[in-house]
Amino acid sequence: MTFSLLIAQLINGMQTGSVYALVALGYSMVYGIIKLLNFAHGDIIMVGAYMTYYAIASFALPPVLAIILAITVSTLLGVTVEKVAYTPLRSAPRLSLLITAIGVSFLLENGAQLLFGADQKSMDPLITGSVMLGQINVSYVAIVTILVSVVIMILLSFVVNKTKAGKAMRAVSEDMGAAQLMGISLNRTISMTFAIGSALAGIGSVLYLCAYTQASPTMGSMLGIKAFVAAVLGGIGSIPGAMIGGFTIGILEALVAAIGFSMWKDAAVFLVLIIVLLFKPTGFLGKKIQEKV
Amino acid sequence: MGTILSVNDINVFYGAIHAITDISFNVDEGEIVTLIGANGAGKSTTLNTISGLLRSRTGDIKFMGNSIAKTSPNKIVESGLVMVPEGRRIFLGLTVEENLEMGAYTRPKTEIKESMEQVYELFPRLKERQSQIGGTLSGGEQQMLAMGRALMAKPKLIMLDEPSMGLAPLLVDLIFEIIADLHKAGSTILLVEQNAQAALSIADRAYVLETGKIIKTGKGSELINDPDIKKAYLGA
Ligand SMILES: Nc1ncnc2c1ncn2[C@@H]1O[C@H](COP(=O)(O)OP(=O)(O)OP(=O)(O)O)[C@@H](O)[C@H]1O
Ligand SMILES: [Mg+2]
Repeated sequence: MTFSLLIAQLINGMQTGSVYALVALGYSMVYGIIKLLNFAHGDIIMVGAYMTYYAIASFALPPVLAIILAITVSTLLGVTVEKVAYTPLRSAPRLSLLITAIGVSFLLENGAQLLFGADQKSMDPLITGSVMLGQINVSYVAIVTILVSVVIMILLSFVVNKTKAGKAMRAVSEDMGAAQLMGISLNRTISMTFAIGSALAGIGSVLYLCAYTQASPTMGSMLGIKAFVAAVLGGIGSIPGAMIGGFTIGILEALVAAIGFSMWKDAAVFLVLIIVLLFKPTGFLGKKIQEKV
Repeated sequence: MGTILSVNDINVFYGAIHAITDISFNVDEGEIVTLIGANGAGKSTTLNTISGLLRSRTGDIKFMGNSIAKTSPNKIVESGLVMVPEGRRIFLGLTVEENLEMGAYTRPKTEIKESMEQVYELFPRLKERQSQIGGTLSGGEQQMLAMGRALMAKPKLIMLDEPSMGLAPLLVDLIFEIIADLHKAGSTILLVEQNAQAALSIADRAYVLETGKIIKTGKGSELINDPDIKKAYLGA
């Protein structure tokens, strides 16, 4: 493999990794705040992708409007799922919540099949063309995807670390009871977390569609599971961890493909999951889960 | 002065465990009232129920004339009733300053700086450690932070659940001094303590809890000389 091919693959990997990272952030933030592995999160991306597809292919909306629509619908859907399905279970055992999330995931996938049909929808690429960077041909899609996610992640870090709402989110993640004793509203803070996570999934869905130009009812499950692996690898609950995990998984896939094992891409990702769970379940940056004394 | 908090006939359960049985008491404006009792008597349960983290099956709790028995915990804080929970429960991943900001969550932004200066004046140790992560503070510093954080809310009534627990004697004295100072400055305080001697000596009135029931009440100065209390709680 030549050096320029390696660089090209790394860029590819970062492009997919950006999408994984955006989706992984949603998993991690939701896990951080209510200790739920939100298996319906991947399906939010699917809905976002369909919104983009219909807005552009059927209603010929300008891409900017389509993107805004996709992000808005994803956000509203995420918050609605939280309110309808998860809020009533706030003091129920975590297992009930997990099973509910799996149920919501099935509901969304089958609902999409009913509404949009089981077949794949294909659309024209939103962004075309490429640029030569030295020896390497880099597509504009890759550049846009990577830039957009990096900017989003910087914004998110600012919100979480510097704003009052972000600090409240961290406080609730750490100790729900103590946070309430500060006057923090659980309902509002948890809804906000779902809103942010789902908006990121919405952005991820648009970026995904830019790369693969296809939407199908089950597209969210594989993407969602890989993003979940990314979140676990980075340390579930950790925001920088989700970013690092996303890029790592994306690059790993690209490298596995580059050395000629593209059939084994998925297997490699799950191998990573198994290794992490066996040897370092807290991932790169995760905290040990402590029982309160 | 009027009653600021009145607890009427509450019963609290953990599943099948009946932790609080028919408890009623009240706190008047400007008073220090203490609840004392052995381990497991139900002191923390009582405070957590007043805070809204637990719910009573019966009776009512009134704060400044309004029932708060069904009010959400964050609204209760907003109305001026603030608790320093047992075991401090500061946010270990947040800095000292961020912890204090969270304490002022219900307050307008413009007033936070001033309150923070007041807290730093009370606990200079915290000022030196403003940007340190809560988890790296010593136990005593964490207790100061927990109290400072509650004061950031400008409470009308502050409930303290064992503020002296696990602290060295010198620090215990300091904490009680600060409680006495707050009282002098007009704060109303509901204090839960294992350290019955210290609690009774600064309290206006006290209630004695035993297995979820109030078995005795009186002035702090009287109970401290009560033979039964001496025997059971003061180790005399
Ligand atoms: N989460 C819980 N689940 C079940 N029982 C509980 C729970 N919390 C407290 N209890 C029980 O309720 C009773 C009262 O407990 P509480 O914590 O109010 O006591 P306390 O007076 O604060 O004691 P301490 O001085 O040790 O803090 C105890 O018998 C305790 O075992
Ligand atoms: Mg207690």
